[in-house]
Amino acid sequence: MKDNQMTKTIKGIAAPLPLANVDTDVIMPKRFLITITREGLGDGAFADLRFDNAGRQRPEFILNKPPWTQANILIVGDNFGCGSSREHAVWGMRQLGIDACIGTGFAGIFYDNARKNGLALPVVSPEMRDLFLQFSSDARGKEISIDLERRTITTSGINTTFEMDDATQVALIRGRDDTLDSLEHAGAIRDYEEALQREARVSVIK
Amino acid sequence: MSRTLYDKLVDAHKVCDLPDGDMLIYVDLHIMNEYTSPQAFSGLYTKGLEVWRAEAHLAVIDHVNATRSREPHDTESKLLIDNLQSNCSKHGIAFYGLGDPRQGIEHVVVPEQGLVAPGMLIACGDSHTTTYGAYGALGFGIGTSEVEHVLATQTLRYKRMKTMRVTVNGDVAPGVTAKDIIMKVVQVVGAGGANGFAVEFAGSAIHSLDMAGRMTVCNMAVELGARAALIAADEVTETALKGHSHSGQFAYKAESWISDPKAIFDEEFTISGADIEPLITWGTSPDQSVPITANVPCAEDYISPKAKALLSRSLQYMGLIEGQSAQSIKIDTAFIGSCTNSRIEDLREAAKILEGRHVAKGVEAIVVPGSAMTRIKAEAEGLRAIFEAAGFEWRPEAGCSMCLAMNDDIAMDGERVASSTNRNFEGRQGRGARTHLMSPAMVAAAAISGHLADVRDFK
Repeated sequence: MKDNQMTKTIKGIAAPLPLANVDTDVIMPKRFLITITREGLGDGAFADLRFDNAGRQRPEFILNKPPWTQANILIVGDNFGCGSSREHAVWGMRQLGIDACIGTGFAGIFYDNARKNGLALPVVSPEMRDLFLQFSSDARGKEISIDLERRTITTSGINTTFEMDDATQVALIRGRDDTLDSLEHAGAIRDYEEALQREARVSVIK
Repeated sequence: MSRTLYDKLVDAHKVCDLPDGDMLIYVDLHIMNEYTSPQAFSGLYTKGLEVWRAEAHLAVIDHVNATRSREPHDTESKLLIDNLQSNCSKHGIAFYGLGDPRQGIEHVVVPEQGLVAPGMLIACGDSHTTTYGAYGALGFGIGTSEVEHVLATQTLRYKRMKTMRVTVNGDVAPGVTAKDIIMKVVQVVGAGGANGFAVEFAGSAIHSLDMAGRMTVCNMAVELGARAALIAADEVTETALKGHSHSGQFAYKAESWISDPKAIFDEEFTISGADIEPLITWGTSPDQSVPITANVPCAEDYISPKAKALLSRSLQYMGLIEGQSAQSIKIDTAFIGSCTNSRIEDLREAAKILEGRHVAKGVEAIVVPGSAMTRIKAEAEGLRAIFEAAGFEWRPEAGCSMCLAMNDDIAMDGERVASSTNRNFEGRQGRGARTHLMSPAMVAAAAISGHLADVRDFK
């Protein structure tokens, strides 16, 4: 994405997913990982929660019930995204149409993967998260608005700030390409490598 | 100013600060596997980028390969295997493929080949890269976009973590292993209790472990959310590094890779080694464990409705009853393998229990040595003969296998597995499969008994 496509706010319906420790095996089961592309992972996202063994929709799962079939925000339990480093989990969630997860804390690799793919992970207190769980359980599907610039979440009844580190905030708003950005520091990387050479501690795999 | 080992490692690898508050850190060694790297190479090609320094990377096939034979078991896994081989050959990156005598699970292979040493920074598209902390190296898992970033720049964007020290004092009792120590830590700190932290393990129970034990501890630190795990280098580390030409060049200042005595950690936990018993998990998160002598929890053990709901969901998935004794849990399968516990030391521990005994009727028992070198060594020591005489199936090819069931080693719906692996998540070993984590010796004890059993009854 270019600078002129900045994402400053995320608005939509939120679905409550209160379970603690939802891991990336649950978010993206392994049978969807045998791929060399990033595409086609929307079907895999939460597959075992969304579908039964015969491939039928589980009517009791929140994302299969209106109005949450339209949800683009999840209110999640503690330690969401724990486990494997698989970025496929985030790719699949994005392809399923999820733009943000509001939670109390996220596993580190998942958090970094989310940032690289425009998935916002605002962190709030457990009390505030529980309020959002309650709010999003309302079947009328009332809207939640996340303002990335001001770090605020607003609904008809709740108005709160959230935590997000500066670098992640900037990355999400600007949708930049980290690899290309970092290559602007090629000179500094070369200088560092020269120092490694001088100290004779360069790792070389043969 | 006093610094922690973690801060020293970050400082030593800082290339420059970035305007948004991150820094660029230099990656000494980057390891790749076949399932988290394909899209990283595609990213390079799309953006027209080169690999910055090809000789700083190592690629290993381990996640999707079959372990019964060297031939891929299906066309999809062959596609991933061939894709990595072709990407590596295009860029001149070292590649340990199927049939290579150095092939195996990446986190078993790297130390075995002497490629890790104190003071290094190692990244890999696999969460269990925390393993290298056992050597006083900063190792951590990364996503595929970051794999692309390392390939193109040899660096990562990084934000300094908070620090936590977990001290395990005293000695552990006979029958209690490194696996039990880390399972206890996960139980005490909680899954996610160390999110945002780099954890240093200290104390006499940690430093009396051999390198294999230390790797087991650091490996599973990610199950408490730690983005890095560290154990300061000592004489045990130094001895392990001797004779390895690669790591030798780093090791010359191994003594400087320790936390200063007055360094302050953001959080501290202390556990008494004497309080640790052999543990088993009963639930679907690695922190849901009890001693093998205890019972599965009851709803009345918890106060909050959330905790009660979590217990109920976990027990339902696991097919267990509140309060049933751990040793009453019957198993279908016993699995010894994975980056947590498939090293020669692990196989020796399990073989001690299995020698002269036999797997219970109806239990399928499998052992997958962590690497080709481990397998050959184990066969030479006579371990294969012990496993096979006991009724274990000895797999000829190394890989992650049933730890995450990305190959054809998949547990069926409802199948209950005593497993020396690292994760008991829903569906981890197969859709509907039920995993109980424990030490390799405890897996052997369970295999013989047909139910979860106390390894201390087998001496």
